[in-house]
Formats: sequence, structure tokens, C-alpha cells
Amino acid sequence: MIEVKKLCGGYGGVRVLRGVSLTLEDGQLTAIIGPNGCGKSTLLRLCCGQLSPQRGEVWADGRPLGGLTRKETAQSISLLPQSRAVPDITAGALALHGRFPWLGYPRVCRAEDRAAAEQAMRRVGIWEKRGSLLARLSGGERQKAYLAMLLAQDTQNVLLDEPTVYLDIAHQLELFALLKNLAREGKCVAAVEHDLGLALDNADRVILLGEGGVLFSGTPQELIDSGAIAHAFGVELTRGDGYRFSSC
Amino acid sequence: MARLKKNTLVLLAAGAALLICAVLSLLIGAVRIPPTELWQSLTQRDSAAGQILLHVRLPRLFAAALAGAALAVSGVLIQTVLQNPLASPGIIGVNAGAGLGAALFLAFLPGAVLLLPVAAFAGALASVLAVCALARRVNASRITLVLSGVAISALFTAGVNTIAVTHTNIMGALRDFQNGGFAGISAGAVATAAPLILLGLLPALLFAGELDVLGLGEESAASLGLNVRFYRLFFLTLAAVLAGAAVSFAGLLGFVGLMVPHMARRLLSGGKNGQRRKAPPNAESENNDLSKTCRRSKNALAEFGGGKRTLIALSALMGAAFLLLCDTIARTVFAPHELPTGILIAYLGVPFFLWLLFRERRKRRD
Repeated sequence: MIEVKKLCGGYGGVRVLRGVSLTLEDGQLTAIIGPNGCGKSTLLRLCCGQLSPQRGEVWADGRPLGGLTRKETAQSISLLPQSRAVPDITAGALALHGRFPWLGYPRVCRAEDRAAAEQAMRRVGIWEKRGSLLARLSGGERQKAYLAMLLAQDTQNVLLDEPTVYLDIAHQLELFALLKNLAREGKCVAAVEHDLGLALDNADRVILLGEGGVLFSGTPQELIDSGAIAHAFGVELTRGDGYRFSSC
Repeated sequence: MARLKKNTLVLLAAGAALLICAVLSLLIGAVRIPPTELWQSLTQRDSAAGQILLHVRLPRLFAAALAGAALAVSGVLIQTVLQNPLASPGIIGVNAGAGLGAALFLAFLPGAVLLLPVAAFAGALASVLAVCALARRVNASRITLVLSGVAISALFTAGVNTIAVTHTNIMGALRDFQNGGFAGISAGAVATAAPLILLGLLPALLFAGELDVLGLGEESAASLGLNVRFYRLFFLTLAAVLAGAAVSFAGLLGFVGLMVPHMARRLLSGGKNGQRRKAPPNAESENNDLSKTCRRSKNALAEFGGGKRTLIALSALMGAAFLLLCDTIARTVFAPHELPTGILIAYLGVPFFLWLLFRERRKRRD
């Protein structure tokens, strides 16, 4: 579980988030939505300690993030970043990198680390491509390899920044099914998502960011009923067989 | 196991190539020494051949091998930290920075020769930090980073030329220095720089795991618990130590740090295809036994940390062999005249760099 208390954060002198308080619960898939530049990625970076808060604090599993070492933080919180490099390694090697926070010096992987990486790769469906260089994989396969790395890290809290980028619709649904399963296993899973339909269909809870803070936090149905989407995005949401968005 | 075996075989082959290049560099030159007399000449130091080997070719051999290994590993570190395949100590101006450091030292403190590698290191470090600061400030693309390096390199080269004009007593030495090569190298100069090179090589091998993680990019590395800022500076400092030490006695040898890591990567990745290991056809069938699972997955997953460690070791061996070969060719191809090794490498390196540049553009278009 991640608790954010009166958090202010941003880059340089610019304050992107101003006094945000929220809780990302264990056992729930939380979708973080909001217009471009509202601070969704900044919130994730603050939640995993990559960005220091200007004010306020973040607690992970009952411990203040400021009191944890980098290694302890990485054993508790994993983050799939928005920008992902394509290093000259295989998908298998990438997945194994997820075990880095669990390795002592000189970073030699044990049998259980290899087993964890294999399990993660099988779970996201990239095991068959484990011997292929990342550069030779499609965007979707590469994304899966990064997800395998994330799962191999085996943290209680899993944060993802736009995880459906590069994925076609079938893979997007597959990904959200995986995230829901992780949440059912008791993990705290939070994903920044631009596709409102996907977020509303799949998340247990939605947090809508805007104007430097939390505009709404609740279940997808509560969000739809609140009319906060129209306020934040300037679009009207109607629900029939699926979701339809139109300009206000 | 197949992968480990392949890496071991590649390393052994590189070691054998280095040995052959070393022997050739001892045998070939203005005075040719027959292979059958090599051992005898090495042991009978009073003979003419023994004197040549002891005072000319052995120092030259060690100089070329050490400089090649240092520049190649420096290239691996810079390319990984900057995540830029076009980067190398020569391209981003590290060599030029080291050159300016050494030139300033020669001009103003000519007596304290032991400190020459340290001055070159200081110049190299200043250069690498300047390029990184520029790149971070403007959130630079790969090409911008290279262009920043070219600009800084031009500035430092102008500095070296200014010193050459104002200190005519060292003009000749500086010209040789700018050309790069091993003519007239002394055992003392190599011995002074060798500890610095070892000081750079060993930590690079020991912290290969951290280098691997750093290669994933800033955010991914940080989310895995790596102190990105510290390790970036750490590896760039190692790169500067290696390049500075090599430049202090070999002069400005460009392209070694660019070409060799790419060649090594190609050998390790199994060439163009990039499919390193074919997956077993029915990998799902025996999923229950953990020990089996571990054994099976070890092959494909054997690369964490070991990937960069193997690359560093292979680059060091190949860099040493490459410079030994280039030096041997450079001193014999126009005999009795000797072509500075740096000029020969430029003939090879410029087409390679252009090929790499166009390959990068093609990749981006795809």
C-alpha cells in the first residue's frame, strides 16, 4: 500500500502537484487518469522515490519512503517508466534485471532469481522470445519483456506509466487482465492510463488528477456519475454498449 | 551452457588473436627477426636483435596493447552510460580533452613526467563532464551529443594548437602527439600509465552488473534501486581514467573506442540476426519441476552482469590486438618511413563511423 500525504512535487522551481493526499490500496487496480501535463507521471515518480517531494511525504507498506534505502525501496515498489530504452540485450536478460534489487554483491543470480525471471516471462507470454535481442522484437513484445522485468522484481507495489503504449487492443486487454490478477493476489497496482475506456472498464478505483491535485477518487461508476470527466477533459461521456466521448 | 561456451570460445579466440598480433609486432619492423630466433633474441639481451626487442619493440608492444585495451573499454563505458552507439572517447572529445591536459602539462610542467597521465586524465574528465552537462541541459538526442563532442573536441584541439605555436620547443612532440602512435615510446612512459589503466579496467569488470542496469536508462535503473547519478559519474570517471592514461603516451588515437566495442558486440550477439538461442519447441511441457526450470532457464538468462563483463573483457582483448596489428602495419607499410598509427586508424575509422551513422538513421526510419 502506498500512502501519499499532502505531497507537493515537481521539477526545478515548477510545482506540478500541490498538496496531494491519496492512498493506493493493496488488492486493488487503481487507474490514474488526467489531462496531459497534470502530473500523473510526476506522482508515480514521487511514489517510488525517483523524485524527492518538495513537501509532504510518501509511505510504502507502513514505512516512510524517506527512511528506506534505494535497495529497500526497489524491493517494495517497482515502476514501469514511460520511456524505455532498447539496450543491446536479450528479452531473457532484461527480465533477469528485475532481480537486481534482490542480489548481493557481486550481483550473481541464484537459481531462485532465474526461476522468478522465467515465471515472469511465462506469465506475460514472452518466454518463447527469451533468446531474442530486444532490438529485434516488435514494440508489443518489447513491452512484454519490460513487464516481465517488472514482475521479476516481485514487489508488493507495482506502478506502471502508460503500460498500454505500443500494444494493440488484444494485448491491451491481456495486460489489464494481468494487472487485475496481480491485484487479486493482494498487490497494490496503479497504472497511469490515457485510454479512459480501458481505465473505466478495468480499474477497481480511478484517481482523476488535474489542477495540481486530486479532482476525484472513487470507483469508475462513481467517477462517471460525478461528471468530473467533463470538468477535467472538457468532453462529455455517454455510456451505451461502450463508452463514447464527445466535445462539450 | 551453449551460450557460456560460445562466449568462452570467443574470448579464447580473441586471446589467441592478441597473442599472434603480439608475436607479429615483435618480429616485423625495420629489422625483421626470424620466428625461430625470437626466443633466443629475447634471452640474449646483448645481441642487436635482443637490444631492439628490449628497448624498442617490447615497450611498443605493451604500449599498443595497453592503449588499445584502455580505449576500447573506455568506449564501452561511454556508449553504455550515454546510451549512444555513436559515442566514444574520440568522438565526444575525451581524447582531445586528455590531449589538452597533456599539452598544458608538457608546456608548463615539463619536469614532472610521472604526473603526465594524471594531467591527461584531468583533461579527459573535464571533457566528458562538459559534454554530459551540455547533453543533459538541452536533453540532447544522440546526434546532438555527438555534435557537442565535436564542438568540444575542436575547442580543445585549438587549445593544443595554441600551445604548439606559443611553445615552439615542444611543437614537434605535440605534432606527434596529435597524430597518435607509438614511435619512440619509452618503457617509462608506459610504466607510468599502466597502473592507471589497471585501475580503470578492474572496477569496470567488477561493477559490470551495475553497468548492465545503467544501460536500461535512467528511470528503469533508478526503479531497480541503482544510484544512477553516482554510477554514471563513476563509470564516466573510469572512462576518463582509461582514455587519459592511454592518450598520455599514445597521443590522440581516435576511433578505437568506437570501432572495437561494436565489433565485440557483433561477435557476442551472433551477428546480424540477433536470435541468440532458439527456444525449445515445447517449453511449456515441463513446467513443474523447479530444479529443471532453473537448469533450463540458465542458458537464456545467463547474461545479467555477465553480458557487460564479457563485453568489457572481449573489447579489452580485441582493442589490444587491433592496435598491435595497426601499429605493425603502420610501421611497415611505407618502410623505411613510418606512418603514425593514428593516421592509419583514421583511414579505417572514418568509413566505420559513417557506416554507423547511416545505420542509426536507417534504424530510426524503421
